[in-house]
Amino acid sequence: MLQFLIRRSLISIIVIFLVTILVFVSQRLLPGDPVRVWVGEERDPESIAYFRHKYGLDEPIPLQYLRWLSLALQGDLGRSIRTGIDVREEILRRLPITVELAVLALIIAVVIALPAGVISAVRKDTTWDYIGNSVALFGLSVPNFWLGIMLILFLAVQLHWLPASGYVSPWEDVLENLRRMIMPAFVLGTGLSAVLMRQIRSSLLEVLKSDYVRTAYSKGLEERVVIYKHALRNALIPAVTVLGLQAGALFGGAVITEQVFVIPGFGKYILDGVFTRDYAQVQAVVLVTAVGYIAINLIVDVIYSIINPKIRLEGAKAE
Amino acid sequence: MRSVVKAKPSRPVLAEKALPQRRVWRLIRRFTRRPPAILGASVILAFVVVAVFAPWLAPYDPQATNWSKIRKPPDPQNWLGTDDLGRDVLSRVIWGARVSLLAGVVSILIALLLGVPLGLISGYYGSWIDQVIMRLTDALLAFPFLILAIALAVTLGPSLANATLAIGVSAAPGFIRLTRAQVLAVREEEYVQAARALGASDLRIIGRHVLPNSFAPLLVQATVSIAGAIIAESTLSFLGLGVQPPTPSWGSMLNVAQGFLQQAPWMAWWPGLAIFVTVLAFNLAGDGLRDALDPKDY
Repeated sequence: MLQFLIRRSLISIIVIFLVTILVFVSQRLLPGDPVRVWVGEERDPESIAYFRHKYGLDEPIPLQYLRWLSLALQGDLGRSIRTGIDVREEILRRLPITVELAVLALIIAVVIALPAGVISAVRKDTTWDYIGNSVALFGLSVPNFWLGIMLILFLAVQLHWLPASGYVSPWEDVLENLRRMIMPAFVLGTGLSAVLMRQIRSSLLEVLKSDYVRTAYSKGLEERVVIYKHALRNALIPAVTVLGLQAGALFGGAVITEQVFVIPGFGKYILDGVFTRDYAQVQAVVLVTAVGYIAINLIVDVIYSIINPKIRLEGAKAE
Repeated sequence: MRSVVKAKPSRPVLAEKALPQRRVWRLIRRFTRRPPAILGASVILAFVVVAVFAPWLAPYDPQATNWSKIRKPPDPQNWLGTDDLGRDVLSRVIWGARVSLLAGVVSILIALLLGVPLGLISGYYGSWIDQVIMRLTDALLAFPFLILAIALAVTLGPSLANATLAIGVSAAPGFIRLTRAQVLAVREEEYVQAARALGASDLRIIGRHVLPNSFAPLLVQATVSIAGAIIAESTLSFLGLGVQPPTPSWGSMLNVAQGFLQQAPWMAWWPGLAIFVTVLAFNLAGDGLRDALDPKDY
């Protein structure tokens, strides 16, 4: 198990290195000169050259990369050349907002998907199953930015139940924070809940056909006990994996959701950085995204081995 | 069974031709037995017809502005209302079908063109080539699909062609992985080893045995991916990274509509509904294909 984790972590680190190099080089090799845009098109060549020198942009790219890497490893992600704001501080300020959004979305997704998936599987081919499947298909097919716009239209513009957009910190006002987060979190959660519900349904169906479930039934156990104590436990294993794989989709969804609901989170920071080609900002954002994504999948692997002792045992045997 | 066919060179053509054809028919029969799949396929077909015949179906020129008809709600003349420049929303939704379907299909073709050969090479040859390709794939997969597509679209510059390319490249890693997994599964089969023992070249083994066996999962994946690609294109256009104005596309129409939710909500209804129905249709068809190709009990 430990060996497996170490090997996976090493591969992950190599991947992160690759990612940062790819982004670093491609950013600098692309046509167009963002420095001109940052300092103003009308500036004279001398001041542009000074600017380049000041930020080390006149050096060879490999050297620039090594400098960036050594600083990044010490936790210094540089300053945005455009705004002069320290990138690390900005990320630390914005990341919690996106994490809150993602966690709320995750809760909403699980709250919808778990009962829906279980009912669909247990009452297979009944009206409940069809309703569940239709809802899942809806969640898979609706573009989340349109769902967001529609919710704003009905709940905010027409019914005035919820504020249309904006963000309030939970430290200032918890209720107001939730009032503003509930719509975006729902929008972000729908797609995830659909994927999750389908996974829970199909893996539960598989498990319900197995011998040990039949044995449990023939022992005279109640259906509730069989499903929740025996079947569901095993059926949830693939669902956890799906959750890890969907972390990326959740993240990508957060970018667009934050844009629609004007939430000043990490996702919006990604968009802003990419749109203005702010070197330091893009690199930092890419690094954090890649590290976060890979870390989540690593954690999922660990959880996976905890809830499924078989994997752990096989791993131990292999060692 | 196939290795037997190979061993008798007198009648291989007949046997090899008959098999895939029967398979295709069985697939079509299984597919047509599912009402949701038929519904999905019909809706796709309807949208294709709309896209192809847009110039004849659209009641107005989708780009013609009319200052006397700004943000008019739906009425008998403009069934779906007009937008902020007095353009007919129905005509724009009809023309938008072209953009969405084209971007969806072409981007997944690009993903297949990139992903399948790389996956084949990676899985078939293994060793260091496999390592290089897979680590690069991992690197690309370390980004959420949408963020990767946005980043690529920004660097390439905003246009429909670039957005399509960006989506295609972002979707490619998934196809690399899938193809590789299929190859790994097929490579050790006895009929492949038999073919190799008979002296078949790598190209022949890949073309005759490995690819045909990877076809089914790739087809399902491609169909479902088109749904995702259509959403991705509309998202990029929504962000201003896809189709440029005044060309109508569903995503860019929603971008404009967001500014007029209070005054003209119908501007936001129809393009979004069009995206939703198209994507739903591809998902239904994809589900139908999956069931038809892999008939499990549930």
